[in-house]
Amino acid sequence: MNLEAIKSEIEAAVPGCRLELVVNPSPSGQHSLRIDAAHAVAVALYLRDAPGLRFDFCSNVTGIDWPGKQTTEKVKVSKLVDGIEQEVEELRTTAAPGSLEVVYHLYSIEKKHGPLVLRMSTGDRDANVHLPSLTPVWRSAELQEREIFDLFGVVFDGHPDLRRLLMWDEFQDHPMRRDYVDPDDYEYEPTAHDGVLRRASQHLSEGGGR
Amino acid sequence: MNTVAGPTVQSELESLSETSKEQLLEIAMGPQHPSTHGVFRMNVVLDGEHVVQLKPVFGYLHRNHEKIAESETYLGSMPYTDRLDYICPITNNWAYALAVEKLAGIEVPERAEYLRVITGELTRLQNHACLIGFLMQDMGSSGTPLMYAFREREKILDLFELLTGARMMCNYMRFGGCRTDLPAGWLDQAKKVVAGFPRFLDEYEQLLVSNEILMDRTQEVGVLSRELAVSAGISGPMARASGVDYDIRKVDHYSIYDRFAFRVPLGSHGDVYDRFMVRLLEMRESVGILEQAMRDIPAGPIVDPKIKVRGFRPKPGEAYGRIESPKGELGFYLISDGSPNPYRYRVRPPSLINLTVLEDLCVGRNVADIVAILGSIDIVLGEVDR
Repeated sequence: MNLEAIKSEIEAAVPGCRLELVVNPSPSGQHSLRIDAAHAVAVALYLRDAPGLRFDFCSNVTGIDWPGKQTTEKVKVSKLVDGIEQEVEELRTTAAPGSLEVVYHLYSIEKKHGPLVLRMSTGDRDANVHLPSLTPVWRSAELQEREIFDLFGVVFDGHPDLRRLLMWDEFQDHPMRRDYVDPDDYEYEPTAHDGVLRRASQHLSEGGGR
Repeated sequence: MNTVAGPTVQSELESLSETSKEQLLEIAMGPQHPSTHGVFRMNVVLDGEHVVQLKPVFGYLHRNHEKIAESETYLGSMPYTDRLDYICPITNNWAYALAVEKLAGIEVPERAEYLRVITGELTRLQNHACLIGFLMQDMGSSGTPLMYAFREREKILDLFELLTGARMMCNYMRFGGCRTDLPAGWLDQAKKVVAGFPRFLDEYEQLLVSNEILMDRTQEVGVLSRELAVSAGISGPMARASGVDYDIRKVDHYSIYDRFAFRVPLGSHGDVYDRFMVRLLEMRESVGILEQAMRDIPAGPIVDPKIKVRGFRPKPGEAYGRIESPKGELGFYLISDGSPNPYRYRVRPPSLINLTVLEDLCVGRNVADIVAILGSIDIVLGEVDR
């Protein structure tokens, strides 16, 4: 299975798609294809249905957080110091936007080959976190994309049921991000039982109890 | 308990009239329910006994295992993997060791591969025996099959304890081999256990396979089609019960499975009964693999002596390694940035992904069938929630 050949095959079949071969230097030799979000569903459908490829089994879907690198540089600025204009060195930090990446590991049950590794990246980590969902192509992405939405904060457009999977619905942050900080204490998930306890204490206080 | 207002996504719910919608009952099965095998909740909408909608709720056992592992050295995560699927710790170790070996390009000595196969197949035997016991217990067989299964499992756990020092949290594999060699007399004891296992299987099959109540409760219940199984990423015995001929031991040729003759049992109906039968038949094949492995095991080192144990830093890169664990495809995806701990550590949990189709299997059935269907999927919550 030659990734270069697969790449040119997809480029011929899906016009306009931008593919990039990502070389993996590790001894595993599992190189991957970076696909662009706009053509992701078309590429995925082609990979699933093309008779020579038939990647019908989407085994693993996961997210990776790449925070932008912070670079600090010394800049000379002219400033008024004690009424005299002087050249002063200042430290200026610039932060690259970084990105969230989603990785799909595909196998073919029919042809018994794989893995083919697909990657997709978001624009940054705050505002442009939307990616197309591949759940309509492979149902196995359903819970795994929900998990990535939950833990990394990637929003999958076209997912049938995008909710948090492991954390509770009221939770705000995304714990698998590299810059996540544990809170001192958690707001616990409200349960149906909380209402019962509230009513019970109300009842007791009305009756002159606690 | 309250009635459901407003339509939800399930088509069966939309097709109901307003008056019959008011009759619907929403109940939470779990998180503390004996059939959920842990803390797992299913929000079920019922029309009488009939399941209209089922939404699983995950996360009660979530401790962000992946985050913990990313702040730990590579070897430091090995004992944590025991706690994923705590019924079969050794296959978890194996999948993780395999992924790291792929990442760093480590070879495993011959004897260590045999030890891995022997302990891995023993794990499969006890997992499947237990699962069938749990399934029967869930369906109301009051103990007998479960006790029979636990009797056999205990013999295998004794072997694990002799070998690794722990019954369940074995922490047995190392990158490039195994932690300890077999103690004196272990192989003879293991041969005795394996030789006695087919007798247990005969007894089990006689007791269960043509049991009328079992057949009534499981046949044509929770039918999973082949197409849905492939699309939903279902793996392991559950996929094979739906007729998907895919066993990673045969497909990936990992470890030394090419040397053993064994068959891959397939089901044709994809119902609960087939999932139960596939596991019974798989145990017979595992017994065959064990006999061959214990006959052929060579002498030699159990770990590659060139491996750096301290200061182990794989070169930057990534790897996905997977094995056929008793529950299905267990994979680990690792990214190294050259530091002593992984940049990204991901577990592909077969238990979670096999639950993708839970609602599809249960809608249209009765409440009591949910228990049988969930039991036949074979989940362990330590792995589902991680």
